[in-house]
Amino acid sequence: MTAYRLSSGGLLDRSKVLSFTFDGRPLRGFAGDTLASALLANDQLLVGRSFKYHRPRGIVSAGPSEPNALMTLGSGARSDPNTKATVAELYAGLTAKSQNRWPSLGFDVGAVNGLLSPFLGAGFYYKTFMWPRQLWEMLYEPVIRRAAGLGRAVLERDPESYEKSWAFCDLLIVGGGPAGLMAALTAGRAGLRVILADEDFRLGGSLLGETETIDGSPAPAFAERVVAELLSLDNVTLLPRTTVFGWYDDNVFGAVERVQKHVAEPSATLPTERVWRIAAKRALLATGAEERPLVFGGNDCPGVMMASAIGTYAQRYGVSAGKSVAIFTSGSSGYRTARGLVARGVTVSTIVDSRPEATEAAPDGVRVIRSGAIVDTKGRKRLSGIVIERSGFEELIACDALGMSGGWSPVIHLACQRGARPVWSEDLKAFSAPDVGGGLRVVGSANGVYTLSGCLRDGAEKATTIAVELGFNAAEASLPVIENEAEPSFAALWYVPGAKSKAFVDFQNDVHARDLGLALREGFGHVEHAKRYTTSGMATDQGKLSNVNAVGILAGMRGVSPAEVGTTTFRPFYTPVSFGALAGTSRDGHATPTRKSPLHEWARKNGATFVDSGLWFRSAWFPRAGEKTWRESVDREVLNVRANVGLCDVATLGKIEVFGADAAEFLNRLYCNPMLKLPVGKARYGLMLREDGFVFDDGTVSRLAEDQFFVTTTTAMAGAVMSHMDYCAQVLWPDLKVRFCSVSDQWAQMAIAGPKARDVLQQLIDEDISEAVFPFLAARSMVLRGGINARLFRISFSGELAFELAVPAGYGEAVAEQIMEAGRAHGICAYGVEALNVLRLEKGHLTHAEFDGRVTPDDAGLGRMVSAQKPDFIGKHLSARYGLTAADRMQLVGLKPVDRDKDMRAGAHLLKEGMKPSTLNDQGWVSSAGYSPVLGHHIALAFLKSGRERYGEKIVVWDKLRDHEMIAEVCDPAFVDPENKKLKA
Amino acid sequence: MASLITCPHCGVRPKEEFAVRGDASLIRPASSASDAAWHDYVYVRVNPRGRTLEHWHHVAGCRRFLVVERDTVTHEVYSVVDGAAAAREVRR
Repeated sequence: MTAYRLSSGGLLDRSKVLSFTFDGRPLRGFAGDTLASALLANDQLLVGRSFKYHRPRGIVSAGPSEPNALMTLGSGARSDPNTKATVAELYAGLTAKSQNRWPSLGFDVGAVNGLLSPFLGAGFYYKTFMWPRQLWEMLYEPVIRRAAGLGRAVLERDPESYEKSWAFCDLLIVGGGPAGLMAALTAGRAGLRVILADEDFRLGGSLLGETETIDGSPAPAFAERVVAELLSLDNVTLLPRTTVFGWYDDNVFGAVERVQKHVAEPSATLPTERVWRIAAKRALLATGAEERPLVFGGNDCPGVMMASAIGTYAQRYGVSAGKSVAIFTSGSSGYRTARGLVARGVTVSTIVDSRPEATEAAPDGVRVIRSGAIVDTKGRKRLSGIVIERSGFEELIACDALGMSGGWSPVIHLACQRGARPVWSEDLKAFSAPDVGGGLRVVGSANGVYTLSGCLRDGAEKATTIAVELGFNAAEASLPVIENEAEPSFAALWYVPGAKSKAFVDFQNDVHARDLGLALREGFGHVEHAKRYTTSGMATDQGKLSNVNAVGILAGMRGVSPAEVGTTTFRPFYTPVSFGALAGTSRDGHATPTRKSPLHEWARKNGATFVDSGLWFRSAWFPRAGEKTWRESVDREVLNVRANVGLCDVATLGKIEVFGADAAEFLNRLYCNPMLKLPVGKARYGLMLREDGFVFDDGTVSRLAEDQFFVTTTTAMAGAVMSHMDYCAQVLWPDLKVRFCSVSDQWAQMAIAGPKARDVLQQLIDEDISEAVFPFLAARSMVLRGGINARLFRISFSGELAFELAVPAGYGEAVAEQIMEAGRAHGICAYGVEALNVLRLEKGHLTHAEFDGRVTPDDAGLGRMVSAQKPDFIGKHLSARYGLTAADRMQLVGLKPVDRDKDMRAGAHLLKEGMKPSTLNDQGWVSSAGYSPVLGHHIALAFLKSGRERYGEKIVVWDKLRDHEMIAEVCDPAFVDPENKKLKA
Repeated sequence: MASLITCPHCGVRPKEEFAVRGDASLIRPASSASDAAWHDYVYVRVNPRGRTLEHWHHVAGCRRFLVVERDTVTHEVYSVVDGAAAAREVRR
């Protein structure tokens, strides 16, 4: 009872012995092996435990449809769960571990579930663990998840690197089997840019396991010749180890290339995987066909495999699946496989044919049982025999491997990923690809062409058609001569009656035929319902082997054609793709750009603590020796600005330069306040609304010349404002003569604020910037001493006498240092956004904490800014509507704690004293709060119902999140200098 | 949704370069228009099955607003024209 390596043959390099381990056991294979073929060669047929019943499971297939042989490859951070051993290329040093077993693969405690299986039918969990509901998340789900399961993802950081790339071609060929290779050769010779992708590490597809001879040489040699010629063509790109996983709009395909998944020590200069997006003018789906398993009693016993897989292991990998092989078939393919096996020296004892009137001849010495059915298998961890029933009589036949051949299903997933449904073909007894137009054609056995010569011809012809469509001259392809060709035929056999034990439909999800019956009886007979109810066709293999049988069984039970049952929906991905590959290089710092202000270095040298602000790093505060908390630094900075002077980086503000004869008119329509007559050399605070009447953004508008404006936005809304302006200029008012561009990154802008700001700044500027010459809201270009072109604005966010100075970005650091130097005698300090926030809070200036999208200008106390005279501006009509002008709207107020020691936080709600917290009783909310070092207590800005009429009132600040409650007094939001004396000093 | 958009200024570009703003058939009412007209313009959107006109902003390209005529069922893109040109056309 052993699988073994044949003494010769196979596409292996037997001189290259590769050592690997499986569950810690050291094993050996050859170069050219997959993990599965190497395991088989070592007679390691038992590879996993099933999902629900923990039944022993063996290798079933030799390709990507494998439901059972899922393993964790590698170790530590580099481990990959749920890898199919049947497609994993063997390499020296590979470590593989089986999954879903405890304590070991041979002895699994969970197998007790098998004894309980009468109670574990489809929907069992749904029905049993319904109540109490709270226990679902706490208890049932974790326990069930632990018991049932696939591999585990590691929590360590993934050390692999990944990348993404675009590719463009005239023709993408998916699949490098006979049809794909022939198509590539034809198109390549005609000069098309061809990409041929195949998931295998060796191109050739079914040719690698064929027994036919092509042009007198073995099929694999033919494949090798074609590949060699393709490699010599510059216009052809071969992508082995590449799975095309999705077909998207405009004939764009997604593919993942396993660049170095097959090496123990990956090169640091290459990605581990690469995701391709391939824009193809035309594509050919040459994905072949999948042999169907048969659903009979005990069909999940290790040793029961796809017949074609047994053939492939023998032909391509030189491995016999057993000492004595039996074949169970519903068509001619079983005989063909048997012939191939016998030719390779594998003992085939019996062919069980379900059809009564089969005519195929078996190889010499192989017994044929026609009209037979397998009803049970013997053996637990390894097949030891099959129970055959014919005409009511049972017979036990000893064998250690059984090949099932239930006919063929074209692999058509990609063609069905954009909404078209597969079409049931009575001729093929399978679902075939829908006609999805000329962009993607199906070719070869994926197209239901099952002879080798037919596949080669189909590939050549379709490639020629495409070449002609794209304007290339394609020569008539000379097709090779095939000998010993078989014409396959089969009878559809969805379920083998008389099963004496569980007949599995979906091996991976442990769904057996009776589960589908239960689903139908309980009203889940629709194919999409049955899938969810039984889990048939779910998980990593997505029912590649099982789906058609499940549909056939449902059809049989419902007494309809499979055409009527239909299939579940095909979606990307064809096979699982790692998150790492999909993320590509977009991780950590590469996931989003990092924006650093041109004054970043200046801030860093001055000891700034930085804070993430969107994509920006902003200097938050500048701690000095002896300051233990951030508050100490911030309080000092605030007091120093109020008493002396400070310098703050405000370069992150959005900056837009607007030009043109209609620039003033354009801005006049963008802002709710008048801009048309803004004098040259003046700045103005501006408020933009959304069309629905709420505040969109605020900033300053400075007129530098008759037809030139400089506009600032908030840091957060810079992008949104720019897009809004694009829309308005292009779509709403395309006839305005206006052009604008973002200059956010071009100017280093800094605020110099405090009573001594002018004294400091004047040292850098020859021109007079006194109050008389350069008053509040003055704005113009000037030249700094030393010749740097600058722009100076007399604007203030802090409420102090303040300037904003903008210099070309590259000069920012030098100018900032010069200002610090000039200010040293005046006690200048650098201050960050935290201090800036306290300063504006004390002054009652607003940010997006206040403009949260629900606030009108009047709510914010800026109602008088909204122009009544302007004929139109964005938001004009709806800002005047009922509801936005109601007297009981929430209005901006200040809050002072009655008990001066108490603090307030943003997000707290306001209540009348003695009222219960409820939505109905809600009086408003705190939008910003902080400690005012000037006043010596906390202050807050808040929105309060009819707030402006309620100054002096005591209100409850209710903060349930922090379980905090206090009484505050409502006041004017301008806590400091409400008369603007400092501002205009 | 389309994977590739043929920008009249930049050529064939991947959809990730664009931001979809929405219905391109809306015409901004005069500020003196009725409340109902403004309500429809700002808040009411059809959710068409089939052909639709949308504004796509080529944010990572020419920054032009494009009018993309496409099918919400088949995802076919019928035409892409510059938004300003389309707006002038409507006004004519």
